[in-house]
Amino acid sequence: MPETKPVLMQGNEACAEGAISAGVRFYAGYPITPSTEVAERMAARLPDLGGVFIQMEDEIASMAAVIGASIGGMRTITATSGPGFSLKQENIGYAIMAEIPCVIVDVQRMGPSTGVPTAPSQGDVMQARWGTHGDHPVIVFSPSSVYETYYLTIAAVNLSQKLRQPVILLLDEVIGHMREKVTIPRDSKLMVEKVSDKVPADWKPYDEKGLTPLVPFGFGHYYHVTGLFHDQYGFPTGDPPQVERSLDRIHEKLEKSRDEVVLTNYIGHKEPRVVIVTYGCSVRSARAVVKKAYWNNRQPVGLLSLQTLWPFPDREVKELAKKADVIIVPEMNMGQIISEVERHVKGEAEVIPLNRYDGEMISPDQISDLMGRWLS
Amino acid sequence: MGNRQEILLTGAGGQGLILASIILAQAAVNDNKNVVQTQSYGPEARGGASMAGVIIDIDSIEYPKVVNPTVLLCLNQASFNKYLPKIKQVGECVVIVDSTFVSGPFREEYKVQSYPITQMAREKLGKEVVANMLALGVLNAATGLVDREIFRESIFELAPKGSGELNQEAFDLGYHLYEQGSGRDVGQSAQTNQ
Repeated sequence: MPETKPVLMQGNEACAEGAISAGVRFYAGYPITPSTEVAERMAARLPDLGGVFIQMEDEIASMAAVIGASIGGMRTITATSGPGFSLKQENIGYAIMAEIPCVIVDVQRMGPSTGVPTAPSQGDVMQARWGTHGDHPVIVFSPSSVYETYYLTIAAVNLSQKLRQPVILLLDEVIGHMREKVTIPRDSKLMVEKVSDKVPADWKPYDEKGLTPLVPFGFGHYYHVTGLFHDQYGFPTGDPPQVERSLDRIHEKLEKSRDEVVLTNYIGHKEPRVVIVTYGCSVRSARAVVKKAYWNNRQPVGLLSLQTLWPFPDREVKELAKKADVIIVPEMNMGQIISEVERHVKGEAEVIPLNRYDGEMISPDQISDLMGRWLS
Repeated sequence: MGNRQEILLTGAGGQGLILASIILAQAAVNDNKNVVQTQSYGPEARGGASMAGVIIDIDSIEYPKVVNPTVLLCLNQASFNKYLPKIKQVGECVVIVDSTFVSGPFREEYKVQSYPITQMAREKLGKEVVANMLALGVLNAATGLVDREIFRESIFELAPKGSGELNQEAFDLGYHLYEQGSGRDVGQSAQTNQ
């Protein structure tokens, strides 16, 4: 093991460090609060590593630059907040369609529009899912601590490479800005193997048989890249059976890797009566409550924290709904992931919202008050 | 929650509170404790009322915001007026103010400790900018949150290049001020002559 020493680090800095550990050497972006520290750290670190940092003229161009660098063979990342995330959406759709890996970080702030730039929010859950048009697959992670930000960024980069699929990291202002003690391996190299080493002789860029590795431009293979529906070689097609097959295929690659993609964590009672389902910084408040109620007082409660928001952890939630009477869903928005929870619980348990959208974190007291009502 | 220390550092933007909070947090990390540091962002951190919170605990820290301050530092009058009422355990919470800028009122039950922090930085060290480190010296002397030597090393580690020793000196002066200070005399030193 390399030398490790606990350090004080911000969530945004941990995101940049995670990206670097996972082999990212290209950053293009346009600074925006509360995500700017990701860019700052990348700007400070990348030149010494032989990487490239570009501040582009806006978020649209940043996303385009990231896609271009990615197809040129680099591991790439960009960071923004809600308003910039909106601008990136068209190009994110292009990357999904053309199966170009990249990681997009959205450090959520209070919206809509410019909103309250320095206040936290979890209002981009649905934008991350449906921000770009069409029936597209998407992977979205939402960390709840500085350390989790570090390793989920690594997971995002590697999964993105493996599945040739953009991955979105949904941070929030609390996690992005707070500093916390973390222990991360120094000079860690956590890269997956280079895909271009394993290219079969009959390689096709969009093989119908399934996932093929991305061979970057300039590495001996010629192919066409487009946002149009395309055949195995990347050339445009409007042939209905081929269109349907293509769309099925890009969804299937996620379904086949579900166990690697869908990450959750449960703490608490084995047979809980009340379960909290939440993500991001709201996990912190919920965990404070569950630790006290379960560890100290042995109450039948539990907490399912969702590191992966999309694809939605349906099995995990269904499983809990069989045991629990009540599922509480705290969110710093007017209710986004809760509709997905309800859809999978299908009335097997009562699903109760807990929403806060004044730019402040949900407090542990708010959760324990609501929980207490269902326990008595 | 017995071990959980919630420290609020407040004052005007530009007094160096955010750097002070980061150094305090780093010192606690170096002292093998769990730490979460948060701060106010936005325009207030660049001129108006600035605030930083540091939570130190042996246990893991879940909720990252300060709700029940156990230590409060106020470097100006506006922050004193704003944050004193946030104290829930009156008399238990250690309250330290800079008498250079804070003139009260010091109600007895709050047991406010007042020290001429900025004034001392100016007179003894010739630099007001190190008032933040002097304040940390007073604060750590009063609370013993972090081992003194580890704290000094952390200051050296994080202070802007070339200013490590000056900042350490300010920190030590803070200890000195605490040791002399009338501590519990409800802010009497606030009225000392210039």
